[in-house]
Parts: sequence; C-alpha cells; structure tokens
Amino acid sequence: MRSSRPVSPRASRAWRSRLGTVTPYALLAPGILWLLIFYVVPVAQMFIFSISTGSLETGFQITYSLDAYTEGLSRYGEQFGNSLVYGGTATILTLLIGFPVAYTIAFRGGRYKNLLLFLVIAPFFTSFLIRTISWKILLGDEGPLLGPLKHVLGILPGDASLVSTPYAVIAGLTYNFLPFMILPLYVALEKIDIRLIEAASDLYASRWEAFRRITFPLALPGVFAGTLLTFIPAMGDFVNAQLLGSPQTSMIGNVIQNRFLIQNDYPTAAALSFVLMAGILVAVLAYARVLGSEQLTG
Amino acid sequence: MAEVEVRLTQVYKAFGGDAAGRRVAQYIKPDEHGVIVAVDHIDLEVREGEFFSLLGPSGCGKTTTLRMIGGFEQPTSGLIELAGQDVTWLPPYKRNVNTVFQSYALFPHLTIFDNVAFGLRRRKIAQAEIKTRVREMLELVELPGYENRKPGQLSGGKAQRVALARALVNKPAVLLLDEPLGALDLKLRKQMQVELKRIQADVGITFIYVTHDQEEAMTMSDRIAVMNRGKYEQLGDPETLYERPATEFVAGFLGVSNLLMASIGDRDGDYAAAHLADGSTVRIPATLKGPVAAIKIGVRPEKIRLYAEGAPVPEQMNRLEGQVMDASYLGASTSYIIRSNDGERITVFEQNLARTSHGSLHQPGQKVQLAWLPDHTFAVAADGHATAGGPDGA
Repeated sequence: MRSSRPVSPRASRAWRSRLGTVTPYALLAPGILWLLIFYVVPVAQMFIFSISTGSLETGFQITYSLDAYTEGLSRYGEQFGNSLVYGGTATILTLLIGFPVAYTIAFRGGRYKNLLLFLVIAPFFTSFLIRTISWKILLGDEGPLLGPLKHVLGILPGDASLVSTPYAVIAGLTYNFLPFMILPLYVALEKIDIRLIEAASDLYASRWEAFRRITFPLALPGVFAGTLLTFIPAMGDFVNAQLLGSPQTSMIGNVIQNRFLIQNDYPTAAALSFVLMAGILVAVLAYARVLGSEQLTG
Repeated sequence: MAEVEVRLTQVYKAFGGDAAGRRVAQYIKPDEHGVIVAVDHIDLEVREGEFFSLLGPSGCGKTTTLRMIGGFEQPTSGLIELAGQDVTWLPPYKRNVNTVFQSYALFPHLTIFDNVAFGLRRRKIAQAEIKTRVREMLELVELPGYENRKPGQLSGGKAQRVALARALVNKPAVLLLDEPLGALDLKLRKQMQVELKRIQADVGITFIYVTHDQEEAMTMSDRIAVMNRGKYEQLGDPETLYERPATEFVAGFLGVSNLLMASIGDRDGDYAAAHLADGSTVRIPATLKGPVAAIKIGVRPEKIRLYAEGAPVPEQMNRLEGQVMDASYLGASTSYIIRSNDGERITVFEQNLARTSHGSLHQPGQKVQLAWLPDHTFAVAADGHATAGGPDGA
C-alpha cells in the first residue's frame, strides 16, 4: 500500500512547505467566517432594507426607492449635528484628559504601572448602563456635584441643572470612552525611548519643546487610534443621550434606535445608519490624511 | 598646561529605588539601607581639547559620571564645573555640552537633516547658517547627500555618524560619548575609532568617552581614568597605565598581567630586591619600593623572554623557572601558559621570530626559564591599593 511506505525526506519537505502556505489562511478562516456571517451579511441586509418600502406587518419589498435617505437626511439634520458636536467634543475632552494620564502612567508609573492600567479599565467591571445611570445621580439637581455648589458654596442658583443638557451628554460620553483613549495613548507613549527625550534636552530643547517636537509627534499613532476608538462609537452612541439628555439633545443613534425598535421603520433606520457610516468614513479618511502628513513633516 | 574644561569636586551619587536607580541596580548591589552608591566622591579634571576616557567594567560609575556632566542626573553632593562655571544644577539644555548616546537616540520621525539641525534650531540660528553647518558636518562624518533620509534607513555605523554630527554641529565645549561604538561589529568599531580620533583632532573639542573596552580607550585617549566601584583607581596616559599600573585592578583590567606575591628586600642602587614565594629573588625599580613590605610584582606577558632549561640568561635580567603547560600558536606570536615552581600561572607572549611551529616552539611539559628586564617590572599593593611610594600615574 502506498501510504504504508515511509515518507521520503523530500516529500515531507514539500508537504511542509505546502503547509506553510496554507497555515496563514487556516488561521484567518474563523475570523473571516465570523465577519462574513455577522458583519457582511447584516450590512448587506441593512442596505437592502434601506432601499425597500413597506412595514413590519405587510413585509418589506425592494423598490430601489431612495425616499428613506432623502427623508432621513432632511428630517434629522439636527440629530446628525448633535452627534457630530457631542461626539467630537467628547473626543477632544478624552484626549485632553487622557493624554496626561497615559503620559504619567507610561513615564512616571514605575512599579505601579500595571496597577494604574488596571484602574483605567476597572470601570469595565460594572455594566456600561449602570455606570451611565449613576452619572445621572452624580449630575442630579441635588446630587454630589450640584448640591454643594448650590447650597454650601452658593455659587449656583437653586434651579441650576445639568441633567438633560448637552453638557451632561458630553460628560457621559467623555467618561464612558476615556479608557479607549488612554490605552492606545499609553501603548504609544510607553514605546518611546526615554533617551530620545534626553537627547532633545541635550540639544537645547526645553521640556515643553522636547514634548512638542519629540514626545507628541511620536505619540501620534496613539492619538490617532485613541480618537478613532472614541469618536466612532461616540458618534453612534444613544445610551448617554437617552439617560443623561432630553429630547432636545437626541443624537442620531437615538433616532436610529427609535426607528428600528419602536416604530419598526426599518428602511429609514437602515438609511440613517448608512449615512452615519459614510459620514464617519469620510471624516476618518480626512483625519488620517491630515495626521499622516503632519507626521511626515514633524 | 592646557586649561581645565571640566572639573568634578568630591562628586558623590547615590540612588534610591526610583527609576534612575533601577538602571544602575542591575550592576550594583544596594547596601543594607537600599542605597546604591554609583559614584563615590570623585575628583576629576579634564583639560581643554583632550580626549579623555572613563574606562571600567559595568557598574563602575562611569556612565553615571558622564550623565552628571551632561546634566541628566544631579549629584547627591559635590560640584561640577564647566569652564569654571558651576553647572551642577543646570538642566542639560542649559549646558554647553552635547552627548552621543549609546543607542544613538536619533529622532525616528525626523530626517537626517532635521536631526542634525535640531540643536541649532533650538538655539534660533539663522536658517541659512543652519543649512551650511549641517552640510559641513555631514561632510565631516562622510555622509553627504543623506539629508532627506530617515534614521530607520541607516545602518548602525551610519546612524552612529549622524549621532556624532548631531552633537558636534552645535560646537559644544565638551562632547560626551557614552559607549558610542558598543553596538557596532568589531571591524566597523576599529574603523570608527580611528575616525573619531581624526574628527576630534579636526574640531579640537574636548571629548569625554565612556567605554568598558580597554583597547578602545587605549587607541583613542590622551588620558584615561580607570574606574572601579564608583572611584577611579588610576588616571594617566595609556602608556603609563599599561607599563606602570598602580593597582591590581588596573593591572588586570588593562591587558594581561602576571602578578606574583613578593616581599621587598634591600635596596641596591637603582633597584630593590623582591623575594618571591618560590625562593627566587628578582629586582624591581627602586622607585616602586614603598613602606608596605608585602606587595605583588607584575610583568606583562610580552616582556618575558623564554630560554630553554640550562641555557645562559643575560645577567641583568630577572630570572624565574617554570614548566610549559600550554602553547598556542597564533600566527604573529605564540601564547604560552607557564607554571612557576610555586604553582603560579604565568602568561607569556612570544613573537614568532626565531621560533616557528616547525618543531622549534617550546612544547608543553618542557622546563623553561623566564627572563625579563627589572625595568619592566611593576608593583602593586597586595590588598589591591596603590603602593604609597608608587609612581604617580598622572
């Protein structure tokens, strides 16, 4: 029988080289399959919904109608605007808050580095929803923040309120996405050779100049990753606006959620999702362009 | 004598358990209080325009000393002066000193031009002057035309030249070099040693060079401080350090040396008698005779001549008997390990002039006589400290 013959070294080498070419694909296969079933198929389905008409009761027919797009865009400009402003502001705030934190952990963390990093992700041990609801209490009219400001310090008038304002929504978004900014920033800063900063200082750069010319440019990949990880989900978020905001502070995510799950208006919801996706894509590409060229010129 | 460019007075540096301490903690054991003494009350004077080396093993304090001169670390106590000005507490960017780092530390996101121009730009030099100075400097380190490359595209040797150019272009009073050739292969290192010396002669800037490679230090330096445990054991020109090491550590660290226990006897003219453990008596220069009776005398392997047993040995030479244990033919020379009568191992290098490998080398097992001139003998205190009456290295 053929198979019982000992394998010649040459045959085994050929087999091994064939295995070498197949292995990467074999390793990728589960992920590709997963994405195909749970990402590509739903997105295609969503696209079909967006060009369909009908209702949940009567069923949806593909009519190639773009009504959902035109209607969505014309009616929800304000909510798109809110998403952009709240998401953008929250992203800038997470960067401003997260950079010093990541910097301190990376360069001054010493033996407490791991502990500090753990503290950054510790909030994830509690549900996102619970944490957001507790912010409602924190920012409440008589809560631990406003209460003392009103009654103890007397800085604010008695009817001052944070909940249901855009500030509360932005605060919630900033809080919830802060770890997604800190972690990539930390990774980028941690990689920077401390000797580069010493070299800058040796070459007459003050601490500020060393930061501006060396540390910050070298941390740009982290800034890029962090802002994307914050901005994209913040744009599509609806939980913060729902729990901490009011109808006036609705973001586009709230509209999509409402259309999908309450009104069962799948075509409009799907069309809005696509517009959001396209908008984010364009914004990210433009951002990558600007940041990329900045990195080249230093 | 040239003026003093850098002066260290009683500089002492101890580390605690902080980040900086961890760099040195891998080499030095902390004492019972957790304190790591890296530099132990050093007094040092580096002269203007000289090539000065701090030589020693890992953890001897040489890098910490350099970093304190550069301003990257502050001494726990002591005074550091640059050209007469107290700079002990000045930050690096306020010192007229530049550093070539061990890992080059080129800015990876900047071009070679921007790397070299970095210091000039911080000093607000005019754009046109920056251009000419950077170009001149890249020519000096033989890298013209590399302006627009990034550091990642350079080989180690070229990156090293850029690091040198980036520091030298600022025309500092002193250039500090922290084992700059450590990452290069041997051939490139030899080439760069010659080049560094040429560049130093060209620009006339004081170089302070840190290395653990004794040959490197000897090749380039005008003077060397041999450091051990936070102090320097001897300071002098390469020849003095090699021919007249003051301590056992220096004798062992620079080249190979043969050390033999001896007790000093009477003086006889220019020489003093030294009685060895195997009963023989040799002569050493009388200037080496100190108040300490028990010393070690040393002689370098290439200073020793070998004679066959019973052959006449010139009368003025010191003579010792032994047996060949091992002979290695190395081409230009032959290296012997000889065991003396009292069991000491003595290394001998002999040029292959008269003898070649065709049966005329001394064979293992053969009895031989070792002979060397009394003037080639040096003496160190047996406990490792310099003999009080020994010659002053500097």
